[in-house]
Amino acid sequence: MDNPREVEMETVSCPEGLEVVWEKPETLTGNRMHYCPGCGHGVVHKLLMEVLKEMDIQDKTIGVAPVGCSVFAYNYMNIDMQEAAHGRAAAVATGVRRMLPDKFVFSYQGDGDLAAIGTAETIHAANRGENFLVVFINNGIYGMTGGQMAPTTLVGMKTSTTPGGRDVETSGFPFNISRLIAMLPGAYYVTRQSVHTPGAVRKTKKAIRKAFEHQRDRKGYCLIEVVSNCPSGWKMTPVVSNQWMEENMFPSYPLGDLKTDGVLQPLKGN
Amino acid sequence: MNRKNATPTEKPDIRLMKGNEALAEAAIRAGCQGYFGYPITPQSEVLEYLTEEGRKRGMVVMQVESELAAINMVYGGAGAGARVMTSSSSPGISLMQEGISYIACAEIPCLVVNVNRGGPGLGTIQPAQGDYFQATKGGGHGDYHPIVLAPASVQEMADMVYLGFDLADKYRNPTLILADGALGQMMEKVEFPEYNPADHIPEKPWATTGKPKDRERNILTSLHIQPEKMEEVNRRLQKKYETICANEVRYQLVHADDAEILVVAFGLAARISHKAVEMARAQGIRVALMRPITLYPYPYDVLRRMKSTLKGALVVEMNAGQMIEDVRLGVEGAVPVKYFGRMGGIIPTPEEVLEEIRRMSGDGHGAGDGHHHAMHDQILEERN
Amino acid sequence: MASVRGNVQVDIDTCKGCELCVEACPQDSLQLSEKVNAQGYHYAVLIQDNCTGCENCALVCPDAVITVYRTPKNSAGKNAKREAVATVTNVRANMKITVEELPEGKVDL
Repeated sequence: MDNPREVEMETVSCPEGLEVVWEKPETLTGNRMHYCPGCGHGVVHKLLMEVLKEMDIQDKTIGVAPVGCSVFAYNYMNIDMQEAAHGRAAAVATGVRRMLPDKFVFSYQGDGDLAAIGTAETIHAANRGENFLVVFINNGIYGMTGGQMAPTTLVGMKTSTTPGGRDVETSGFPFNISRLIAMLPGAYYVTRQSVHTPGAVRKTKKAIRKAFEHQRDRKGYCLIEVVSNCPSGWKMTPVVSNQWMEENMFPSYPLGDLKTDGVLQPLKGN
Repeated sequence: MNRKNATPTEKPDIRLMKGNEALAEAAIRAGCQGYFGYPITPQSEVLEYLTEEGRKRGMVVMQVESELAAINMVYGGAGAGARVMTSSSSPGISLMQEGISYIACAEIPCLVVNVNRGGPGLGTIQPAQGDYFQATKGGGHGDYHPIVLAPASVQEMADMVYLGFDLADKYRNPTLILADGALGQMMEKVEFPEYNPADHIPEKPWATTGKPKDRERNILTSLHIQPEKMEEVNRRLQKKYETICANEVRYQLVHADDAEILVVAFGLAARISHKAVEMARAQGIRVALMRPITLYPYPYDVLRRMKSTLKGALVVEMNAGQMIEDVRLGVEGAVPVKYFGRMGGIIPTPEEVLEEIRRMSGDGHGAGDGHHHAMHDQILEERN
Repeated sequence: MASVRGNVQVDIDTCKGCELCVEACPQDSLQLSEKVNAQGYHYAVLIQDNCTGCENCALVCPDAVITVYRTPKNSAGKNAKREAVATVTNVRANMKITVEELPEGKVDL
C-alpha cells in the first residue's frame, strides 16, 4: 500500500444497500474520551454501555466512578452515576444497591482504587455478596498521577516510583486480588479478561452481560478484571503495549474464569 | 422547635430511654430508610437499637467494615434518593471527614451523628465537646459546612433527628448532630411527636435512580477540574451557607433581660451552666445563659445585640476552649470573654461554673442589690 | 470495480490514531492517514475496498469512532431469491455504492 487511497466518508447515513453492523450505542454520550490513544478504558466503557443497551436497562442502571484515569467515566456513560472518593466505590455502590434493590449497579475501578486504597471496601463488599458488578481495570500502573507503582505492578516493572523495577523487598508482590476475592463465599462470578483483540473484546462483553444477568437474578457479587494496557504509563505505542501485555502481564494475571456460578475454577498460571 | 403533639384524645407517646436509643427511635419515625455504622463507644446503642427495631420496621441497617465505608454508603444511599444516616463517636467521625467533604460538595442530604468522646487520638470514652472545631468549621478538606445541631437532653436527641433530616433535605446539605457521651448514655423521659415523613421528604429529582429516556442523566460528583467551574460550585455553596445562616439560627436565651454577665455554652455544658446560672441568680448575680442550638449557623447576632449591656462573657465548654472563638467573633471585642472548661471526658460541675461566674461578677458583685428576677426560660428561634 | 461486503466510517475528528484498528483488521483495509485531525492525530482511514464488515476494528476501537456496515445477511428465509452485493465505484471521495442482483440470492431488498 504505497499509495493509499483514502475513503473519506462525510455523511453519517448508512451507505445504500448496506446495514449497520456496529455503531456507537446511544448509551455512550457523544463526549470525546480523555483517555490516551489506545487505552483499554474506552473499550470497556463501550462494552458496558453496549450491554446496557442490549438488555434495555439504561434507565435502571446506576454506575459508580472511581478516582484514577476513569474518574470521568460519567462523562461518557449516558446513565445516572455517582463519583466516589478514592477507593470508596464499593461502599458507595453498596449504599446505592441497598437503597435501590431493584436496580442495576456497577462500580468501575482501577487497580489503585480497588486493590490499594480501597482494599477494605472491595473485600468486604465481595464478602457480603453485594449484588452488584465491579469492573476492575488492571494495567499495573497509576496512569492518572503519572505512572507510579500500582499494587498490581509486576516484579521488576519500571514505574516512576520503581525506577529500578519493582523489588519485592521494598514493595511486596503484585497483588492478585481477583484470586483473593474469588475465594470469598460472597463472590458469585469472578473472571479475568482483556480487550486487546477482537476475540478478547467479544469475551469480555459476554462476561459483562453474564454479570448483569447474574445481578438481575440476584446471584450476588460479580467481579470482572480486565487486564489492560497503559501505553503512556508503560511508554509504548498502543500496539506494542498490547504485545507487552500478552508477554508480561498475562503470565502473572492469566485470563479466564476464576469463579463461575459460585464455584471456584482450577488455578491457571502463577 | 416545632413539635406537633399527638392529637389531644391520644395518649402522648412518652418513654424513658437512653439518648442513643431515643435518637435511633426518632430516626425510624423520621422515615430513615438506611443506616450504615460501625460500633464505637459511647454510641453503639444506635446501631444496636436500629438493628433490632429499625429492621423490624423496614429499615436497611448495616454494620459495615469501617466508618470510612459507612459514610460512603451514606453517600451512595442518600445519593440514590433515600433518607440515610450514620452515627459514630469522635475517632470514627474523624475517619468520616473525607466522605462528609465529598457529600457537602456533591450536595447530598444526609444525617451524621457524633456522640462526642474525649480526645485527641483514641482519647477516652467519656463525654467531651472537643469536636466543636471539626464539626462547625468544616472538618474535612475544602470550604464547606455541615449544618450542626447541638442537643442538650434526651428529648432533643430525638427532636434533632427530625429537624436534622428536614434541614438536610431542605438545603441538600449534610446535617451533623453534635451530642456527647453523657447525652447518649443517660436516660430521660422522651416524648415522640407525630411526624409523617411523607409530609416532610421532598421530591429528589437530582437523585441517581436510573436515567429515564425523558431526562438528562444525573451525576453526583465533587470533581470539577476546570477552576472556573470549581469556583462557581464554591460560590453556589457559599450562597447556600448564607441562606442557612440567615434562616436557620436557633438558640436558647435564659435571663437575658438585665444580664451583665453572659454564660455561653452548648449541649451538656449548657445544661450544667443553666443550673449554675440559676444558682448565681439566687445569689443576686445578673447573669444570663445563651445556649446555641445550632452551632452552624452560629447565633452571632444575639451576641452582637447583647454586647453593649454586658460586662463580660463566660464560655463553658468540655474542651480546651473552641467555641470561645465564635463568642469573641460575636461580641466583636466589646467585652472580655473568659473560658472555663474541663477536658479529657470530665464534666464540669455547676459549682465550678458558679465559682467562675462569681469571680467574673467581682465575687458577689450585684448580690443583694434588691432585684429579684422572675425565672423564665425563653427558647427563641431566631429567623432573621 | 471490486465487490465488497462491508464498509466502515471513521469519525476522523474523534479518532486518536492509536492504530489498534489497523492491527485488528484481517483484510489490511485500514491505515493511518498522513493527514492529522484537529487534535493532531493521524486518523484511521479505509485504504482498500475489501472490507468484509467483520467489525473487528470497531470492537478494539477505544473511542468508538468506527461505524461498520455490511451487506444484509441471509435473513429472508427460503423464499428469498436475490442477494445484494454492494460494489464500490469510487473510493476516492464519498463512497458510491451500486447494488447488483445475483440470480440466486436470499435477501429481498
